[in-house]
Amino acid sequence: MKFGVLVFPGSNCDHDTYNVISELAKQPVTLLWHDSSDLENCDAILVPGGFAYGDYLRTGAIARFSPVMQSVKKFADAGGPVLGICNGFQILCESGLLPGALMRNAGLKYICKQVYLRSETLDSPFTNQLTRGEVLKVPIGHMEGNYFCDDETLKTLQRNDRIAFRYATPEGEITPQANPNGSLDNIAGILSEGRNVLGMMPHPDRSSEQMLGSADGFKIFQSLVGTLAAAGR
Amino acid sequence: MNPEPAAVAPQPVTVTPELLAQHSITAEEYERILAALGRTPSLTELGIYSVMWSEHCSYKSSRVHLKRLPTKSDRVVQGPGENAGIIDVGDGWACAFKIESHNHPSYIEPHQGAATGVGGILRDIFTMNARPLAVMDSLRFGPLSTEEEPDEALVRKNHSIVEGVVSGVASYGNCFGVPNLGGETRFETCYSGNPLTNAFALGLVKRDEIFYAKATGVGNPVIYVGAKTGRDGIHGATMASEEFKEGSEQKRPNVQVGDPFMEKLLLEACIEAMATGAVLGIQDMGAAGLTCSTCEMGARGGVGLEVELDHVPQRETGMNSYEIMLSESQERMLLVADKGREDEVLKVFAKWGLDASIVGTVIAEPKMRILHHGVVVADIPNQSLTDDAPVYHRPVGTWKAPVPAEPSAEILAELSKDRDYTADLKKLLAASNICDKRWVFEQYDSMVQTNTVQGPGAEAGVMRIKGTNRALAMALDGNGRWCYLDPKEGAKLAVAEAARKVACTGATPVAATNCLNFGNPEKPEIMAQLSSAIDGIAEACTALGTPITGGNVSLYNETKGEGIYPTPVLGIVGILDDVTKAVPSGFQREGEAVLLVGGGVAAQTASIAVKDLGSSSYAKQVLGGFWGTVPSGFSLEGEAQLHKVLAQLANENLITSSADISDGGIAVALAEAAFRNGVGVNANIIPVADAPAAVALFGESASLVIITCSKENIEKVEELVNSYSELSSLLLGETGGSRVTIEIANDIASTSGGVVIDASIAELRDPWANALESALHDQTANEVLA
Repeated sequence: MKFGVLVFPGSNCDHDTYNVISELAKQPVTLLWHDSSDLENCDAILVPGGFAYGDYLRTGAIARFSPVMQSVKKFADAGGPVLGICNGFQILCESGLLPGALMRNAGLKYICKQVYLRSETLDSPFTNQLTRGEVLKVPIGHMEGNYFCDDETLKTLQRNDRIAFRYATPEGEITPQANPNGSLDNIAGILSEGRNVLGMMPHPDRSSEQMLGSADGFKIFQSLVGTLAAAGR
Repeated sequence: MNPEPAAVAPQPVTVTPELLAQHSITAEEYERILAALGRTPSLTELGIYSVMWSEHCSYKSSRVHLKRLPTKSDRVVQGPGENAGIIDVGDGWACAFKIESHNHPSYIEPHQGAATGVGGILRDIFTMNARPLAVMDSLRFGPLSTEEEPDEALVRKNHSIVEGVVSGVASYGNCFGVPNLGGETRFETCYSGNPLTNAFALGLVKRDEIFYAKATGVGNPVIYVGAKTGRDGIHGATMASEEFKEGSEQKRPNVQVGDPFMEKLLLEACIEAMATGAVLGIQDMGAAGLTCSTCEMGARGGVGLEVELDHVPQRETGMNSYEIMLSESQERMLLVADKGREDEVLKVFAKWGLDASIVGTVIAEPKMRILHHGVVVADIPNQSLTDDAPVYHRPVGTWKAPVPAEPSAEILAELSKDRDYTADLKKLLAASNICDKRWVFEQYDSMVQTNTVQGPGAEAGVMRIKGTNRALAMALDGNGRWCYLDPKEGAKLAVAEAARKVACTGATPVAATNCLNFGNPEKPEIMAQLSSAIDGIAEACTALGTPITGGNVSLYNETKGEGIYPTPVLGIVGILDDVTKAVPSGFQREGEAVLLVGGGVAAQTASIAVKDLGSSSYAKQVLGGFWGTVPSGFSLEGEAQLHKVLAQLANENLITSSADISDGGIAVALAEAAFRNGVGVNANIIPVADAPAAVALFGESASLVIITCSKENIEKVEELVNSYSELSSLLLGETGGSRVTIEIANDIASTSGGVVIDASIAELRDPWANALESALHDQTANEVLA
């Protein structure tokens, strides 16, 4: 199997994500430059955090037009797994691969801290090694992480089990106090209709080693590696 | 390039006293300019001298004193004089680090002033081929409440400065992608009109891949890279070398505007360009912009640089040579490439979508020669701008703080009452200098790059070095109140505390950087403060084995003649050989022994008395007084031994946590250690003879730490501590439960001893955790109503 990590001008978690795959998951991984539409036969695409194109205009608004994203769209449409973290989630929403948008945090400030996520579905290539209701300690670091969509979309997400993670207390309760940024329905991550695209604001790349405060996020990468391995990749 | 440009001297300007005053050039300095040039300068040349000879760039008032600082050790690869200092950290790695002020811009335009402060220090690091690993900042503001600052307008202004500076630091570092490990934030009335923004950055570079800011090789091309030059920041360095008067806000256009996205691209492109091998020397354009980089690179290489301004990428049309040379537009670099290989460099910058333009060549004559439209507009010997800049032996007077030696009768009466020390502790925990700074540091990305082992809120930041077992620990410290009372002792204590915080993590402190924030050096008493503080830093850095590898001096921190407390800020870097042995700062689990360890614990606590309480947070926040001098009984020998034993205890896995005792004394240190993981403590403190319990609870003696260890290890810990001549340890109690309980054997103020502080962690944590946020929000609410 081979992973591809996108690099936009302004990506700043590209090396962090790369490092998790190469050093911790011990799998082949390559960096994919924004200006090229060649995905180099990668089996999974990771869209890392950062400030693609400076996040000018609107987060992810310019990145969606990059050559590499045109290929990622085709890849996703064909069922290829795509994981967008933080700015990556914002880019996937802007690109139309995921519904909804990420607004400025309710407190209007950047927030960096550890939060707790409750895993809401096991039915995806990214979550199939979790247990239902499992609470993960994963940090956030963003200014625009306030998830929003219209009522109908929200109902569809709920009905089709497409909410992957919700902000929760350490005990796994979904409360307003546990919601750090005002996200609708405490949503921290959602799946595409085909369940092969996951976007999440919290950083599993920053919570894959106990030394950094938590290794809970690594389970997401392990799920993906397991899924690809099972598919003979 | 015109082959024979020097034949014509630049067009002289009509020099008037007003013109010189506008450029902050004195009559004597103008005479020196005439002598250096042998002719009347052009307007562009006058501008160039003005910025290069400004206090900010030339250190003309402090240079003679800075020479007394220790700058060498086996680890120092690069001392002061380059863009940043560099030390060897082992395993083939070195780290570049420095602290720099951006005080004046942060007052005039807080958000951009602070943002570009971070941007500037980052460029100083990566221009040496070091990828920034962490930043921290040391911030000083005026009070946030009318209790401490009666002038409501000033309080409002302070609020907007805090909001602006913090958001500026956050926006720049977050986008750039460097973790901010916090640092320190303090509030005192003297910083109301003079906030301080000191930004520290540290980067990693392979020991044999360091780049220097030196031009070499006559005929080599000079390349300008990065953002285009605009009219922003003209005379920023000169502004930073003056006091503020009424209407200084008019200088807002002197403040630069930062673009962190551009800087991120510049970082990646510069590091990639340096890897090609085609780059010979590189320097960032910070203060004094193109002027500074051109003459300094030439001076370091003993060569000259000839630059045609027509080739400088420009953001606006019609800029004249004066504006281009003095612009402080951000995110720009100047580099010298190997002739014939310039295309390799240009290609890298094109890949990153950045401007890169060959603007000139290296020449044999040691001059900076500037042409505009083919005409020479400046032709100045480099040395006259750098090494031969004026050096002032300003009169050094004497300084004695106008503070009484003894507490007032009212305070003595207050202290002798039967007091509710739990209430006192709550008040202290909510004090702006002690409370949780979460509101500040949660706005900073502290985790990007996935190296942060200990982030904001810990005693020191701890960053692992990927691919090795090592980590670097770093901390900032400076206590203006102590330096005001005694600049020399206060400066020693600042070095000691920053190093102690680093040592608490188990790291060995190995090097230092300093940012010296003072008032107007033309006043002899300010020079006395500066000179004494430098003596103190020199003594402490020598004793603790932490040479100064660079830093910055910021003078004229005065508004309407009112100066700040002398505020030297020290940044200390330490090395941890095994990152898995890093010691955290809070209690980890129940049932562990709590020990007080330090430079002669028994001797020291016995020697402190009510007079030593006068400079403490307790005196300020609870008693409303200020008297005496800095904590007595401090010894550098004891401090150095403490750092050694902490490293040893960590290395032998004997301790589970370690916390420095500073603002608020033992009581605050115990409470904060309990907050981290919600593990309570029951401690028994020995009383100070003939003094009220407040002295033992809240006194701020230096060289003291609280450590925890398993009960089985108590003896081993004590044995190790006692093997040092100046150190001793004292078993205070045990961790556990959900309360903070402190007993004292007997208190002369009350009829009996016994439990003097007892409260649940939650009850103590609330005021500590929410103080800063509520102080800022109350104000916002008021503004909305107004």
